[in-house]
Amino acid sequence: MVRDKRMTADEVVACLSDGMTVGIGGWGSRRKPMALVRAILRSKLKDLTVVSYGGPDVGLLCASGQVRKVVFGFVSLDTIAYDPWFRHARENARVEVRELDEGMLQCGLRAAAHRLPFLPIRAGLGSDVLRLDPTLRTVRSPYDDGEELVAMPALRLDAALVHLNRADRHGNAQYLGPDPYFDDLFCLAAERRYVSCEQIVETAELSATAPVQTLLLNRMMVDGVVETPRGAHFTSCAPDYGRDEAFQRTYARAAADPALWAEFTDRYLSGDEATYQAEVGVPA
Amino acid sequence: MRADSCAVACADLFRGDGEILASPMGTMPTLGARLARLTFAPDLLISDGEAMLFADTPALGTAGQVEGWLPYRAVFDVLAWGRRHVVMGANQLDRFGNQNISCVGDHAQPQRQLLGVRGAPGNTVNHRTSYWVPKHSPRVFVDHVDMVSGVGYDKATGPFHDIHRVVTDLAVLDFNTPTHTMRLVSVHPGVTVAEVQAATGFALSIEDVVETRRPTPEELTLLRTLDPDNLREREAPTREPAVQQATLR
Repeated sequence: MVRDKRMTADEVVACLSDGMTVGIGGWGSRRKPMALVRAILRSKLKDLTVVSYGGPDVGLLCASGQVRKVVFGFVSLDTIAYDPWFRHARENARVEVRELDEGMLQCGLRAAAHRLPFLPIRAGLGSDVLRLDPTLRTVRSPYDDGEELVAMPALRLDAALVHLNRADRHGNAQYLGPDPYFDDLFCLAAERRYVSCEQIVETAELSATAPVQTLLLNRMMVDGVVETPRGAHFTSCAPDYGRDEAFQRTYARAAADPALWAEFTDRYLSGDEATYQAEVGVPA
Repeated sequence: MRADSCAVACADLFRGDGEILASPMGTMPTLGARLARLTFAPDLLISDGEAMLFADTPALGTAGQVEGWLPYRAVFDVLAWGRRHVVMGANQLDRFGNQNISCVGDHAQPQRQLLGVRGAPGNTVNHRTSYWVPKHSPRVFVDHVDMVSGVGYDKATGPFHDIHRVVTDLAVLDFNTPTHTMRLVSVHPGVTVAEVQAATGFALSIEDVVETRRPTPEELTLLRTLDPDNLREREAPTREPAVQQATLR
């Protein structure tokens, strides 16, 4: 009998501990495992290092002060260029950063996935990414070209959190939107891998309703599955729903004003996920 | 209209590029890439800015017929493969074409956190890169950028570094000088060389400056079709002289 890996978001967070390096899938304000992030916000977890193509996941964890360090290529809400909480944390030196080129981030995850100490890449050469992180080294090609390249070190993750459209109870998971982003790579780079999804379905249904190429994760890449309808809210989760632009604006406005933020956290973030979804007005 | 000159100058960035991926960031470069494809660069590949490649050339903000699928991971492969021309924005640019989109001020505690370096370090050492600056000012064209995101000519490395041009709301610039420092190529109709120099925080190489070519009647018609809501005018409005003075101060 294949294992049943269903869990709750709070059970996922109970598997994490202070100081862990956590990779978060999605991209900007798209298909972020926000229900899992909200579960972290409800917890006492602290000193996290977050690795992310960043969006409001990073912003909210900066707001709560649970992130010590962000490893990122960008942090953006897409339709709002800058995440206000990440900006606030940076401009007040409340968070450490390791700023990488987007391709370097992928390269580091791939090195971790392949159990290599590093992988070579051109990105970073000549830029201040190398100047600002003296731990980054270069390597010279041992072949006749002798080219100098960045030796991008493996970005090993203690845990990966991703959100997909469908999964079965065993951890086979499917994306139905236009882009897989790097969710599979985040899982391959991590010790423990947790996928939240819009809906848990029977295994047979995964391939009955969509091409097999949509099956991004198989069960050996996944340790826990959480069913969290609208769990990517307010980021997009095509084709199930688009980004909630109105709510994203509410978030951004509230983040810029302490009084509004107190109201925001009180209304949306102080209760459980069901309370959150009720407050943001999930269609009945 | 100033915005039409900007759109045509952005289109001209892609002249001769052949069958490669155009990756324009922002309204004006996107309009330029689409105009180029409908006229002198029919082989260009263009996308919706996400994962779909368009078989046709739709107006801004509308969907087109899909001809291919290029999720971010595939874009990263194309980037490393080199068949790509990106047009990025720039919060700061220096005379060698170093670009900053990361932060203003000290990186440890910036005065202003911006996007982050995104793909700029990789783009600039892997394939042709151009920049679009909607408001040419000394705040953008600075002596030194605070965080080198896109790599300029003084730090250029590897075999594929190629900063092509900078298009702004005032002018077209490139690095075609013996020391690869920024050169004024053309000023848009109605703009003076002095005005461009005054809006630039370092000395430009200025020699044989011409006027940016005017759009052809066919191009003007296409621009109206591609951008019926005139978003280009909003991004690069024709500056009134009084506004110009205020900007320069």
